[in-house]
Amino acid sequence: MKINGVQIEVESGTRIIEAAKSLNIEIPHLCYHPDQRIKALCRICSVEVVGSKKMSAACSTYVWDGMEILTNTKKVYDTQKGILEMILANHKQDCLSCSRNGNCELQNLCMRFGIQRQTLDKAVNPVYLDDNPCIERNMDKCVKCGRCDKICRDVQGVSAITWAGRSETFKFTTAYNKPLMDTDCVLCGQCTTVCPVGAIVEKDNTQTVWEAIQDSGKHVIVQVAPAVRVALGDIFGLKKGTVVTGKMVTALKQIGFDKVFDTVFAADVTIMEEGNELLDRIRNNGILPMITSCSPGWVNYMEKHYSDQIDHLSTAKSPQQIFGAIAKSYYADKSNMNKKDIITVSVMPCVTKKFEAARPEMTSAGVRDVDVVITTRELAKMIQYAGIDFVALAETQFDSPLGEGTGAGVIFGTTGGVTEAAVRTVYEVVMEAELEKLEFEDARGLQGIKEAEVDLKERKLKIAVAHGLANAQKIMEQIKAGTSPYTFIEIMACPGGCIGGGGQPLNTTIDGKKMRMDAIYEIDSNKKIRKSHENPEVQKIYREFFGKPLSEKAHELLHTHYHKMNRRYDFSYLDES
Amino acid sequence: MTMAVKFITKNFGRYDIRSLASYMKIGGLTALKKAIQMPGDDIAALLTAAGIKGRGGAAYPMGKKWLQARDIKAAEKVIICNADEGEPCTFKDRTLIQNDPFNLLEGMIIAGYVIEAQHGYIYLREEYSYLKSILLNAIEQLTEKNFLGKNILGKKGFDYELHLCSGAGAYVCGEGTALVESIEGKSGRPRMKPPYIKQCGLYNHPTCVQNVESLSLVAAIVNDENNIYQKYGTKGEKNSIGTKLISVAGNVKQPGVFEIPFGITIRDIIYGLAGGVEGQPIRLIQFGGASGKVASKDILDTPYSYEHLAMAGVGVGSGAILVVDESTSVIDFLITTQAFFSHESCGQCAPCREGNRHIRLLLQKIKDGVHTQADIEKLNSIADIMTVSSLCGLGQAAQNALKTAMKVFPDEFKIMEEGVKIG
Amino acid sequence: MYCLLIYQENLESAEFQTGFEGAVFMSENILERVLTRELARQIDGILSNYQYDASRLIGILLDIQQIIPKQYIPEEIAYYLAQKLNMKITNIYDCITFYGSIYSKARAEYPLQICNSIVCKVKKGERLAMDLKKILKVEINQATADGKFIIEMVPCFGACDVAPAVKVNGKVYGNLNNEEKIKAMLQELV
Repeated sequence: MKINGVQIEVESGTRIIEAAKSLNIEIPHLCYHPDQRIKALCRICSVEVVGSKKMSAACSTYVWDGMEILTNTKKVYDTQKGILEMILANHKQDCLSCSRNGNCELQNLCMRFGIQRQTLDKAVNPVYLDDNPCIERNMDKCVKCGRCDKICRDVQGVSAITWAGRSETFKFTTAYNKPLMDTDCVLCGQCTTVCPVGAIVEKDNTQTVWEAIQDSGKHVIVQVAPAVRVALGDIFGLKKGTVVTGKMVTALKQIGFDKVFDTVFAADVTIMEEGNELLDRIRNNGILPMITSCSPGWVNYMEKHYSDQIDHLSTAKSPQQIFGAIAKSYYADKSNMNKKDIITVSVMPCVTKKFEAARPEMTSAGVRDVDVVITTRELAKMIQYAGIDFVALAETQFDSPLGEGTGAGVIFGTTGGVTEAAVRTVYEVVMEAELEKLEFEDARGLQGIKEAEVDLKERKLKIAVAHGLANAQKIMEQIKAGTSPYTFIEIMACPGGCIGGGGQPLNTTIDGKKMRMDAIYEIDSNKKIRKSHENPEVQKIYREFFGKPLSEKAHELLHTHYHKMNRRYDFSYLDES
Repeated sequence: MTMAVKFITKNFGRYDIRSLASYMKIGGLTALKKAIQMPGDDIAALLTAAGIKGRGGAAYPMGKKWLQARDIKAAEKVIICNADEGEPCTFKDRTLIQNDPFNLLEGMIIAGYVIEAQHGYIYLREEYSYLKSILLNAIEQLTEKNFLGKNILGKKGFDYELHLCSGAGAYVCGEGTALVESIEGKSGRPRMKPPYIKQCGLYNHPTCVQNVESLSLVAAIVNDENNIYQKYGTKGEKNSIGTKLISVAGNVKQPGVFEIPFGITIRDIIYGLAGGVEGQPIRLIQFGGASGKVASKDILDTPYSYEHLAMAGVGVGSGAILVVDESTSVIDFLITTQAFFSHESCGQCAPCREGNRHIRLLLQKIKDGVHTQADIEKLNSIADIMTVSSLCGLGQAAQNALKTAMKVFPDEFKIMEEGVKIG
Repeated sequence: MYCLLIYQENLESAEFQTGFEGAVFMSENILERVLTRELARQIDGILSNYQYDASRLIGILLDIQQIIPKQYIPEEIAYYLAQKLNMKITNIYDCITFYGSIYSKARAEYPLQICNSIVCKVKKGERLAMDLKKILKVEINQATADGKFIIEMVPCFGACDVAPAVKVNGKVYGNLNNEEKIKAMLQELV
């Protein structure tokens, strides 16, 4: 086939946009996303096909033998620019105060085509009130690309956002335009990672963090999740999957945090609590299968959609919250500080963590465990705000006493990690022997549902690992029907686990996730201590403070309870006679 | 040349539309009985010889379409009768269902035989819900007498069922893929092509969509042993064979549906069949419904056929002819037509949704007399963008009226200066 | 920031206009409860006619609309269908907002649908709308106080040969070109 007169050969089944890429021609596009079903809605990718009066959408049209495409004629450019101008007229142009300024696909297209001012009448859609701690929806900026709908429906299986209406009232919205909290949405934030513009973004809490840091009366500590350290580098131009732990700690110190700690430490504590809880349930006829509870999007999903099964959830808090509880008790005591003067900030790959931190039950003695949560993207903004040259930074270690983490804790950041970490500890506790092969291959990888088995002499542990809510639903339907064969299930709301979280750098493709996953396992294999129970800081905290896992103090600070989320309508009154 | 003929409409008023027996008494179902004795390819050949083009507006050769559908090997195939006659000024399909429902169903059964489909669906627009009982009754009687069901007329393996589905008030559902989406219980937004519905349509089965009038012709053609149909129409290298149902409405004295042979002039139609215009002279004539092209009264002596209308810059389309007299201005006509598309666009693709919006705003500016030359250029460029890059036929055809009106009535778009048109 | 709070009542007309930059809408938060046990029984009956098949949603919605006194689909019923058909509410909401014959706002017992397409327009259909407004003393899309009538402008419903025409609950009344004929039609309905 020919593109702009140049002869090339491609495999049949290739679409025009991919064929052009092989010639390094970038056909403009907006709704196209390599990890999603083709939508062909924006039509900006229209190109000329010799012999046809109509133009073809490059993202959806397959090439045929002898096809001749033109991407650089006046007709093509006029059409592409014309469509772009029409989309722009429907978009609230608020660039300077938009959270996507400088990082926006619509801006990129306008710059590419040199659109300097608007010639069409403004026709901006109205906005619906939507107040929740995690996600901001600015429907006046929506370009109707459909990416949010596809990821919520196809990948997460939740379908909280849909297209609706016709013609000028066409929009992507929730059922009856309700705020997200009143819909099937669990605030997982996957939609924020695919929106090309500032229509769906995470709530920005960086200002609160600056205010805390600039308040001399407060001791501000920060914890960083494992998945952040393999993703933050993306935003500063480093290769995907580069491990930037040292630079990240330096940057946080330069921003002004009093102490920089590691959530991985808390992840190790989580394993102590959760691993022992599992054994307790197995030995004492507790509710099985037990399901992990560190993914807040997943917990929301249980509370909203499978509230009858919430007792299957582990009562252990997530690492973020365990850290916060320890910070406001153990750490406060050790440092002789009033817990009211400590502000815990956490940097998470997740937007739902903002909701989790704000839960009423996540307090101890009237003080919030975690005060503010910011995402990987917001941390990058803070680094830019402070004028830090991230790539040139030297490396620094985490602070003590809450900065020591094992390899088992680090792998929490990827799907299968919690399982593998739990097995490393549970095996040694039960078998009272050393686990020779630490790598639990069956739990690793990006397959939607993974199954594994561990032979503990008293019982075979049947394990399932699922990520993405569509896969989680399959697991839950089995549990609901009473046919679940598993003892322990790990579920992460986001595809890939936290490395693919709602707060991670934008437009990560599946390939990018794979690279982050490999990086996490690399950090683990390079660690000296790779089992949670061997972490000396963890051993110390149990010795000095909690006594032992599942002790009364541990229950009070490190465990939580769940409740059914109210649905909008309850039709059970119809069944009552 | 005779003006009104009775080939497609020959059964009108001659039988009780609620009685299969009454239909069979006037020779109904002989075509079906004849067809199942013939190889399917031969039936398709009859349609090709009669030059039948799809009567929904796309004018695709019907025999060729059936052969293509027949050649696709699949466990399940589907035929859909598109009775979603949403094009304004078109009411011929309504007339066919009201007067000759059994003929339509006979055509569908023959189609099922030729294409080797197991299921036929009739997608009836919601606005014609008063015709549902007619069709349901016909289907029930045909099923009772084993003209539908399993091993029809004793032909082993010829299993065919008909289902009636309702539309719900969306013009865009007349588009093949949108229709299929609607039958599947979703909103009727057209799918991107490829895949084409002849490969992957209703529930992903190969699907063949035909218009009511096209299917209503089948039985008559199969029975037409003396090739009477071919005697009508135009002759020549490019020709239009046979007859067509047209629906004439607007400022004419006797609006209605007429069956005409191709080749009579538009003057014959308007002044002969439709009784002439109501009082004022003709301003414009629109051919093919709201998505049709517009002509001035200069077209009156053009013969009505595919090739002559195409040469005159318009088209047959759905067979609608709208006559607008001088009591309506061109701008008001365009604003009303645009309002229709602004209401009916599904909204999913940017050119159609935004293009319709901006053209609506620009036309209002022209009506208010405040438009500039730049606005006229915008109008042209947006109309062109919509025509070449919209996802489906609605967006592609929506500005036909505007574009042709701008060519035929350029004075209506001149810039105003203090009440006086410039240029 | 100038912030205009508008309730969903006025939405359909408001969204169609431009210049709404800065407007913030709040969707209705009043839970309208219409689902009595009797109505639920009737709806279940309709659902079993369609074998609880979610792909027949359009037919189901149209049939349910006919048994609701004000000829529309209340929000509560949409959620009930989502539960009974094991569908997402968003799919049902999409269908309700997409299709012109499925309504999400209460109408009246006899919606008087006037065609606003070009054929009826050139036949002075606007006079028909004006006459009806005068006789019933309501605006377009405003139900009469007794809940019996509402005037709606709809696209072409294929009655072009009897224009100007009105469609009421599926029946077409044509050639309504003077007040007497209009009044006769209204009489016939009640």
